[in-house]
Amino acid sequence: MSDFSEELKGPVTDDEQVETSVLSGAGMHFPWLQTYIETVAIGGKRKKDFAQTTSACLSFIQEALLKHQWQQAAEYMHSYFQTLEDSDSYKRQAAPEIIWKLGSEILFYHPKSNVETFNTFADRMKNIGIMNYLKISLQHALYLLHHGMLEDAKRKLSEAETWRHGEKTSSREILINLIQAYKGLLQYYTWSKKKRELSKLDKDDYAYSAVAQDVFNHSWKTSVNISALIKMPGVWDPFVKSYVEMLEFYGDRDGAQEVLTNYAYDEKFPSNPNAHIYLYNFLKRQKAPRSKLISVLKILYQIVPSHKLMLEFHTLLRKSEKEEHHKLGLEVLFGVLDFAGCTKNITAWKYLAKYVKKTLMGNHLVWVQEEWKSRKNWWPSFHFSYFWAKSDWKEDTALACEKAFVAGLLLGKGCRYFRYILKQDHQILGKKIKRMKRSVKKYSIVNPRL
Amino acid sequence: SVLEEFQMEEFKERCTQCEAVSWGLTDEGKYYCTSCHNVTERSKEVINSDIIPNAQIKALNRGLKRKNNSEKGWDWYVCEGFQHILYQQAEALKNLGVGPELKNDVLHNFWKRYLQKSKQAYCKNPVYTTGRKPTVLEDNLSHSDWASEPELPSDVNSPFLESGMESQSDVHTRKSLRISKALQSETSVCSGSLDGVEYSQRKEKGLVKMTVPQTLAFCYLSLLWQREAITLSDLLRFVEEDHIPYINAFQHFPEQMKLYGRDRGIFGTESWPNYDDIYKKTIEVATFLDLPRFPDITEDCYLHPNILCMKYLMEVNLPDEMHSLTCHVVKMTGMGEADFLTFDPIAKVAKTVKYDVQAVAVIVVVLKLLFLLDDNLEWSLSNLAEKHNEKNKKDKPWFNFRKWYQIMKKAFDEKKQNWEEARAKYLWKSEKPLYYSYVDKPVAYKKREMVVNLQKQFSTLVDSTPTAGKKSPSSFQFNWTEEDTERTCFHGHSLQGVLKEKGQSLLTKNSLYWLSTQKFCRCYCTHVTTYEESNYSLSYQFILNLFSFLLRIKASLLHEEVSLVEKELFKKKYSVTKKKSKSKKRRR
Repeated sequence: MSDFSEELKGPVTDDEQVETSVLSGAGMHFPWLQTYIETVAIGGKRKKDFAQTTSACLSFIQEALLKHQWQQAAEYMHSYFQTLEDSDSYKRQAAPEIIWKLGSEILFYHPKSNVETFNTFADRMKNIGIMNYLKISLQHALYLLHHGMLEDAKRKLSEAETWRHGEKTSSREILINLIQAYKGLLQYYTWSKKKRELSKLDKDDYAYSAVAQDVFNHSWKTSVNISALIKMPGVWDPFVKSYVEMLEFYGDRDGAQEVLTNYAYDEKFPSNPNAHIYLYNFLKRQKAPRSKLISVLKILYQIVPSHKLMLEFHTLLRKSEKEEHHKLGLEVLFGVLDFAGCTKNITAWKYLAKYVKKTLMGNHLVWVQEEWKSRKNWWPSFHFSYFWAKSDWKEDTALACEKAFVAGLLLGKGCRYFRYILKQDHQILGKKIKRMKRSVKKYSIVNPRL
Repeated sequence: SVLEEFQMEEFKERCTQCEAVSWGLTDEGKYYCTSCHNVTERSKEVINSDIIPNAQIKALNRGLKRKNNSEKGWDWYVCEGFQHILYQQAEALKNLGVGPELKNDVLHNFWKRYLQKSKQAYCKNPVYTTGRKPTVLEDNLSHSDWASEPELPSDVNSPFLESGMESQSDVHTRKSLRISKALQSETSVCSGSLDGVEYSQRKEKGLVKMTVPQTLAFCYLSLLWQREAITLSDLLRFVEEDHIPYINAFQHFPEQMKLYGRDRGIFGTESWPNYDDIYKKTIEVATFLDLPRFPDITEDCYLHPNILCMKYLMEVNLPDEMHSLTCHVVKMTGMGEADFLTFDPIAKVAKTVKYDVQAVAVIVVVLKLLFLLDDNLEWSLSNLAEKHNEKNKKDKPWFNFRKWYQIMKKAFDEKKQNWEEARAKYLWKSEKPLYYSYVDKPVAYKKREMVVNLQKQFSTLVDSTPTAGKKSPSSFQFNWTEEDTERTCFHGHSLQGVLKEKGQSLLTKNSLYWLSTQKFCRCYCTHVTTYEESNYSLSYQFILNLFSFLLRIKASLLHEEVSLVEKELFKKKYSVTKKKSKSKKRRR
């Protein structure tokens, strides 16, 4: 349920942000200033009671919505419609959008409301003025989608797509693209269903060619619908993903790569980790050279250093021939373990243990010291406290062992975590622990061999 | 082509989609909006345009003209509109129980006098004729008639507008107004009324122009003349509760009286009347009409403070015994004198008493005398009363301020909440939308239809239990009865706990007092120190809020009135011992 309202608001807020930032130039927005200006404009004259009661009405509606009193909200809404006839033209023009937002929210939750009521309301609101037609159409379609009415949603989107009134403004263009893209997404859905059907059919089946033809048609329409949108700066993950899937399916690898590269690297687009993940996964599927994969993940590393792909990144770096990549590999591992969500990731610890040892063996003590410098103040209590030693050992002895090894290497054999694990005297792990002890003695960065 | 251009010129309605006025013709001969491509149902009436184009133009022209005429409705003047509103209001007042003389004689005469004074009718040179054809109305209205008797002379002409428009005196009005009709109709493009534009531009020194709030000033003057049992705050509350036509009163004009353009500014209202505003207008109108001294307000009149105090004591659930104290204050201040109370517009300084506010202020002063209201004494007196009442359960209970406060606070909060909710739900727009010009008409009507449809749709979502229709009008807003066990009625409670006997007379136990205003302006203005809520005790704030809500006025207005009553009551002390009053305040 709440997802829907997010969806409902999503595109609108996007658009609003565009508009307000255009208005105030520097992208700043002062809501209090607006009210201040309004009071100045009426020159100290008493606000009309109409304005007073309708704004009181608005707060009552908002309060009712907040408390989920849909019935009360509808009651006040009944009176709030008169703002459509406000004699203040500024307010009159703003009214349809406010009414639409409040009204659709009420109708979405009200127990007596149903799809039909919502449809009627949406159709009415669309035709008050021309400013809101597209926005409402899109949200209407999303509502239908939410109720599983795919065909109706598609029809609404088609209607909106062919709607032509007034001048074409830039904000309207975005909306039209969005509408088309959503339509494309729906087509993708059908296509992917058909594709699944197709995969179940035998090639010799008499239905095969018909279904295959269908699949082809759909993909063509979809690509047209989606491609316009994803060229505009924005976060279009679901659109990009489905578009690329279809391109790949029909073997247009260059096309897919172009889309993904553009999506990830175009500076006009907002920073978006998913863009890099999609590109990486695509390149991996295409068996792209390691250097290329590394360069993609390097960016992801800068945005989300705790991402689970970072371990893969580390592996790639380790395998690389370049020394700077080896250094980066160490950095990446430390980076991952900086995050509370990764503290129990045994692979990360295993990698770190191995790699620190390897680095130290490879006479790169400086690298380790460099990483450790910024962490030595907080990692001991963050990872290597006595408490953690106990609980890690209890929960996962393997993890405890790996951590103990790292602790030993970084803090020396006197460290509590290391000592605690050493004392446990586990039968199966005995051998491993012994080996670990030896390594620590030999390589620990504390008291380096004199 | 010429024809096409001609038609474009004729079709000037706004587009219902984008509100632009820019029409083109489709191939099918239908009008479409060139800005948003909305195609209308309206089509060019000419079909065989290529055969005899000129004939078609004429036909079209004639058709449009005829239509225009019927759409335009009657020729009417702004003052007729106000006359209509006054008529409706007078009817409503009659239905509220006010005597029929108010409508037939008093208000009618006031209005006639207004038309005369403002040179719109009943005079030698009505403004509209501008010397072309002076009509002299021989009427037995003369200044001496009005001046000699407090009673209004009954008009020889028929009673006030029994059928709205057709009484004889109005025929007079109409005749004198119609004369310049032909001239006017050419220029009055921007209003439905003939003189809307001219009226809104009319500015003469000393002229009191009619406005919608002004109609209430007329009503109140008539009520005052008749000494009816309706105060100004009652009148305004009845307006707010829709018992008296005011907001959108124009929608009950006859169908043929069309309003648009300037009429919108003249007859459209989007605010409820405001006490202070109407009060000032009342004086303004009375002075303009040069009315003689009004009938005396004597002790048996509803507007006399003794009676009003009784009424408000009942309303706010205070003991009846307080009445003797309010009477005492009224007597000491001289506020019960007929000379003080009676409105005399031709006196040096025309002023009328705010009867309701004043009565309430007297009650506040008495409460201060009894309980001091310093957030301290009233509570310790309440403790005493509580103890006494527990011990003597059979006796008449002592008035317990705390208990009263608790009950009133709850009742007041509920009332206020309901009031605020009802206001938020108030529907301001009339069924007949007002628009600026003919071009806007379809848009305005379409908007109206939309709103109605949306409202219909949402009313199905509201619980089917019909909201208890219009409240029936009542001068009481609270109702306290002995039977109601939930809400104690304090009318019968005794003030024994706060009074003490001294010889023959009763004294208040509390011997302290603080003044609501320490200093008044030296100048003659009515300025009193502004009411800064936070400077006063919470009990005082509560009492002011309670009473000012009852009267629908600002608390500061009541505070001002309290200060004025105190000024009269402590007149001597005010002038002699200013310092003393200060020290008294310090002792609280």
